[in-house]
Amino acid sequence: MTNALVLPVLIPLLTAIVLTFFRNSFILQRTLSFIATASSAGIGVYLLLRIQSEGILRLDFGGWEPPYGILFVGDSFALLLVTAAATVTSIILLYAFSTIGEAFEKMYVYPFMLFLLAGVNGSFLTGDVFNLFVCFEVMLLASYALLILGGRKVQLVEAFTYITINVLASWFFLLAIAYLYGATGTLNMAQLAERVAENGQGPVLTIISLIFLLVFSLKAGLLLYFWLPGSYSAPPAAIAALFGALLTKVGIYALIRMFTLVFHHSPEITQSIIGIMAALTLIGGSIGALSSSNVRQIIAYNVVIAVGFILVGLAAGNEVALQGSIYYVLHDMVAKAMLFLAGGLMISLTGKAKIGEVSGLIRNYPTLGWLFFIVMLSLTGIPPFSGFIGKVLLGEGLIEAETYVLLTLAFLSSLFVLYSLLRIFLNCFMGEAIIGSEEQVVLKKRTLIPIVMLGVLTLAIGVGADVIAPFVNDAASTLSNPQTYIEAVLDKESLLKQ
Amino acid sequence: METLITLLVGVLVMVAVYLLLSRNFVRIILGTAILSHAIHLLILAMGGLKKGGAPLLTEEGSTYTDALPQALILTAIVISFAVTAFLLVLAYRIYRETGADNLDDVRREFDD
Repeated sequence: MTNALVLPVLIPLLTAIVLTFFRNSFILQRTLSFIATASSAGIGVYLLLRIQSEGILRLDFGGWEPPYGILFVGDSFALLLVTAAATVTSIILLYAFSTIGEAFEKMYVYPFMLFLLAGVNGSFLTGDVFNLFVCFEVMLLASYALLILGGRKVQLVEAFTYITINVLASWFFLLAIAYLYGATGTLNMAQLAERVAENGQGPVLTIISLIFLLVFSLKAGLLLYFWLPGSYSAPPAAIAALFGALLTKVGIYALIRMFTLVFHHSPEITQSIIGIMAALTLIGGSIGALSSSNVRQIIAYNVVIAVGFILVGLAAGNEVALQGSIYYVLHDMVAKAMLFLAGGLMISLTGKAKIGEVSGLIRNYPTLGWLFFIVMLSLTGIPPFSGFIGKVLLGEGLIEAETYVLLTLAFLSSLFVLYSLLRIFLNCFMGEAIIGSEEQVVLKKRTLIPIVMLGVLTLAIGVGADVIAPFVNDAASTLSNPQTYIEAVLDKESLLKQ
Repeated sequence: METLITLLVGVLVMVAVYLLLSRNFVRIILGTAILSHAIHLLILAMGGLKKGGAPLLTEEGSTYTDALPQALILTAIVISFAVTAFLLVLAYRIYRETGADNLDDVRREFDD
């Protein structure tokens, strides 16, 4: 029992509610929202360290012991993601301070970002399937509002598609929950895992697991990503970066959690379907990234490729592959935020979003150019940046699982990532400078600082992989031995002691 | 009783799918609302429908009604209410901006 476990959700939630009353005092809004996200990240680190010494943490709300109450469960995997999400959000907030504009600040953009973070953190921490649904909705409602802020026509129309798809997915989620409750009589994840393990995962449960797969794939953009490029390229850079860094990761988290903890008993069906979907996602994402000449679209398709790449690890299912996936999720949160910010900054500086309309930007904005170069290397997986270690471990895991087709596709996709981003870099940053030094828009230092911070972070994760290795290894070992999680939640003896 | 409710759920899903596949904004929104009702009923049916039992778990009680599905439905209804309201406002806003009430016209205007 530790009350600190609720703070990564509670702090952003309460701050957001308070901030809605201070619509016009921008300084207060900025300060409080930054403090809220930064302190959530700090608490994430604190809890991670506690897990190393005390094992999986648990918070039973209202003292209702599992399996009867709703609870938060903090294992290394959940808290690594909480920490990464809160850190990335606070850096994106810094970027938003200098770019988002007064009109957005007046329309509660910071409270919405905080609500989004609260929903995301809640989804990572919860140990109850229905609570996961509720946290998803908190996150999604905030994302709906963020997507339409500004009210440009393209945003409204993309938002309608995005919301309809997500509402539909939400009701399917509820459908799966209803069936699961009918079949097992519980919604507590640990008890679900125990009951499925005891009674065997029969055809009915496998079908239910496939409904869950459908729902989470829609959220994660695994194969069912057709809504993603449009809606991720509509909002301003700061909001798009938040979406790209956080939203799909929640779907990925839910997939990994459900299919390693509860539905891991018939891998020949679920795992192979996930593998096929991941392979098709890699192919489709690569084709999309190459076929578009719009910078925003290319960046959005890169999100799709990463989703496929991470879930290849879940398809392989062994511990090394899961370690690789976890490293890669953390890396991808940082790198995608950086890519969206750098790309968005480039578009807002030049006003052009198509390849070929601008060139030679590296002469106008050398720092931005090199930052874009760094994020390109990082996403391709070149050492010493953060993508490298994840790709190596994932490769090892795939070789161990002898899934060579997935291995080939995963590493080919890296080449497509490199090519699609190199196309932006060579066309827009290299070449002849067409914007004269007199007419170029001045780039403020404080706009660049957040991108530099993300660059430092991706380098730090790459160089300091040893520092986060114990956390990642612990997370992967908990995922591959679900019994640890079940015992931590349903531990009868420690309940009697309390 | 469960069979009857399941049949009703089936009919509601049928209506919802028909509405969702149309191009008119209001029909799509009504479709999502009806789908949500169908699934709420399904949760109720999944919890088991009993008459006469109190929703309490006592040591001796032999018959009781499962209260959890109703708690779940209550939460889901609130969420469905919020989302439907949001979608309706969004559809109205799109109508104000573009003068279109269906996806075809909006896309056409978009392409021009």
